Amino acid sequence: MNYVIETHDLTKRFGTFEAVSKLNLHVAAEHVTGFLGRNGAGKSTTIKMLLGMTRPTSGSGTVLGCAITDTKENREMRRQVAYVGEDKQLYAYMTVDQLIRFTASFYPDWSDDVAQRLRRQYQLPGNRKVKALSKGMRTKLALLLALARRPALLILDEPSEGLDPVSIEELLQTLMGIAAEGTAVFFSSHQIAEVERIADRICILDHGKLAADLSLDELRRDYRRITLGFAMRPPEHVFEVPGVSRIATSGRQVVVLAHHNTDEIVARAHGLDAASVDVAPLTLRELFLETVKASNDVAL
Amino acid sequence: MTVVQLVTFKLNPQAGQPLYLQLMQQIRHAIDTGVLRAGDQLPGIRTLAEEIVVSHNTVAKAYSELEHDGVLELRHGSGAFIRAKSGSRLRSEKLRMGQERVRAIVETLRDQGLSEDEIRRIFETELLYPRQETARR
Repeated sequence: MNYVIETHDLTKRFGTFEAVSKLNLHVAAEHVTGFLGRNGAGKSTTIKMLLGMTRPTSGSGTVLGCAITDTKENREMRRQVAYVGEDKQLYAYMTVDQLIRFTASFYPDWSDDVAQRLRRQYQLPGNRKVKALSKGMRTKLALLLALARRPALLILDEPSEGLDPVSIEELLQTLMGIAAEGTAVFFSSHQIAEVERIADRICILDHGKLAADLSLDELRRDYRRITLGFAMRPPEHVFEVPGVSRIATSGRQVVVLAHHNTDEIVARAHGLDAASVDVAPLTLRELFLETVKASNDVAL
Repeated sequence: MTVVQLVTFKLNPQAGQPLYLQLMQQIRHAIDTGVLRAGDQLPGIRTLAEEIVVSHNTVAKAYSELEHDGVLELRHGSGAFIRAKSGSRLRSEKLRMGQERVRAIVETLRDQGLSEDEIRRIFETELLYPRQETARR
């Protein structure tokens, strides 16, 4: 597989606090990758390191093959990567049209067609000053500026934050369109339902470490929550087979989370005369909670 | 050539089945029920991906698997076409009969006091783990 982002033991320390800890991240080309994690998990710090906005304490990484700590390569990379951040800082005193023309002048691959199409679709008023735009419009404008550059990689930090449902739908459609044209999309989000719809793969960051990295097809196909009911308290260890990530017993019920050997677990439950066997797919929300809560040991 | 919007697809991201498989099934189902017929054109990968808001990889994988199965013909630059298939009438008949039988079973289970959710789980478990279930019987 081709990767647009690769990091090797990427680490960022602020004093004694390790925000990102030996992160080995691989983001595939021609894919849509969701970047999940709780507040403070290290997502924004990771993105800032990738873009060369902050220097890693140790470790290395490449974005589109360019080393993130090399100033010259970093400049080359920034030409091909578009970034829409949380704060969407734009020149507030310019009008929408002025800002579009101003930004266009920096990028040789700029597409006026894309810019005009999106300006109409997003109903952005060309002569309104950026500072007078609503939060949602500002996000759309930032996205327009990013997409009209026709980047090879689009990185977004919480793109749908502050948008109404219709705008979110438009945003997701736009992202799917640009991804279909070959742009790799890497986006952080807390909106798990959105991520679940549009992402090919997800990476979950927890306490600065990569806690999960898988395709959503794998999640749907392999990950199961098996709820077993017994007439008497069953022995947990029977279900300790490879592929099981968690076994929780409460009274006469056992919940097994597994991504492998589901058939074997169900067979063993029947062998113990289980009164009920319920196999259900694990949703991304459940996987996320399970992954980030495991360290705090909170039951699902 | 214009592509008529012949059928809408609705994927469930929370179902325990990859999205491309869901899309394949819905296309097959549309063919089996006659909603899609030989020669009909499906939207291009990008168009369909935008329309149902899923990754283009999902659509591309579904189309390419269906092409491999001989259900679709992909013509470079002009989209995907439903291929003529022998025995499709037989299949739609089988499907109709199957649906009637399942309906009868569901009604019986409902009469016995099982909830819709419970019935759904029975079906899902049976489809996912048929061997163990039958082995016990």
